[in-house]
Amino acid sequence: MIPAGFDYHRPADLASALSILQTHGDEARVIAGGHSLIPMMKLRMAEIAHLVDLQDITDLKGITVGDAEVVIGAMTTQAELIGHDGLAARLPLLREAALQIADPQVRNMGTVGGNVANGDPGNDMPGLMQCLDASYEVVGPDGARMIPAREFYEAAYFTARGDDEILTRIVIPVPAAGTGYAYVKQKRKIGDYATAAAAVLVGKGGASVAMTNLADTPVWSEEASAALAAGDIEGAVAAMLDAIDPQEDMKGPVAFKKHVAAVILRRAIAQAQARAA
Amino acid sequence: MANKMHVKLTLNGQQVEGLAEPRTLLIHFLRENLNVTGPHIGCETSHCGACTVDMNGKSVKSCTVFVAQANGAEVTTVEGLVNPDGSLGVIQEMFREHHGLQCGFCTPGMITRAHRLLQENPRPTEEEVRFGMAGNLCRCTGYQNIVKAILASADMLNAQKEAAE
Repeated sequence: MIPAGFDYHRPADLASALSILQTHGDEARVIAGGHSLIPMMKLRMAEIAHLVDLQDITDLKGITVGDAEVVIGAMTTQAELIGHDGLAARLPLLREAALQIADPQVRNMGTVGGNVANGDPGNDMPGLMQCLDASYEVVGPDGARMIPAREFYEAAYFTARGDDEILTRIVIPVPAAGTGYAYVKQKRKIGDYATAAAAVLVGKGGASVAMTNLADTPVWSEEASAALAAGDIEGAVAAMLDAIDPQEDMKGPVAFKKHVAAVILRRAIAQAQARAA
Repeated sequence: MANKMHVKLTLNGQQVEGLAEPRTLLIHFLRENLNVTGPHIGCETSHCGACTVDMNGKSVKSCTVFVAQANGAEVTTVEGLVNPDGSLGVIQEMFREHHGLQCGFCTPGMITRAHRLLQENPRPTEEEVRFGMAGNLCRCTGYQNIVKAILASADMLNAQKEAAE
């Protein structure tokens, strides 16, 4: 369980980090909390010649809670997100989901930016951000651009972020007052990835539904969202089951995963509807 | 590549340093370079929590932190939780009194995590203890007494604090 050797960089600002990425191309990778990347490096599934640690870049930290949108710095840890009372008051869905990620020690290191940028279909934040219609700011040699979460994930570990770009911030529009919300996750034990997880928003005339770890990307379904907005729960479940593409693995066969997906989605919808004003 | 780097830590209040490759995991640096063998290597996959240490005031799993990331950090291990005279600290004593261990392998991680949990939440409910300790596994399944020991530690620490005020 010893990773291959690498050169370690700890730049003090974003410009220096970008310049290291420019110099070393795809031999370099950034590390945030490291709780996805280090396990991959230990298994030698990732070999990285230049590791660029973002921990000293203070611009990447912090949470700003506005009336219309919430901005979360990429290096904000899950524990910091959970501990932010202003954020929990404005957007309680985030805390609800983050509390279901891994365990306290992992949440102290694991970051929101790392969780969304890594492209691991098991991570909880990508589906959640798709449900919320968040956008990610990535900064590269040509400057900054915004990418909608719903367009970010291409396949497992493949995203719209370029190798020379760093994901810096997540911008989330605040749902209308009275919108009901829920994040429900089925997992075999603490620390495990979801067998199925659902993020649901439902309010006056609108709804959004996304699921996690049931395809090689998170799945936000426009059809399921439209059905739920119209009050058709069974239509929403059917549309989502049509959109997911689970694979058999140690969590179970495909039929089981589809069954669990439907159960979890129904629970999340019921909880979100009960919370809607 | 793979050149050794000079690593400095504040470990249990003392300045320590050593040479290590950046890829060295913090747990290996503590145990092999510094001979601090309190934190254990259990699963080495960030699940079991036997390697839990306190880093800059937060509980972390030292099997999933590169020593390069920890360079400059303040680290506390179970060795740092004894009283100044070397006797057992409150949480350590309560684990002994309530038999909060069976084989003892998970105990250093349990105690180090419990130390931080009680800093973050000095009066936890039983449920909050269980949720806060969810990153530490006891393969003897001795959770009942571990939870008892932590709740007793909270009472003892709060009583000491009130007596001091």
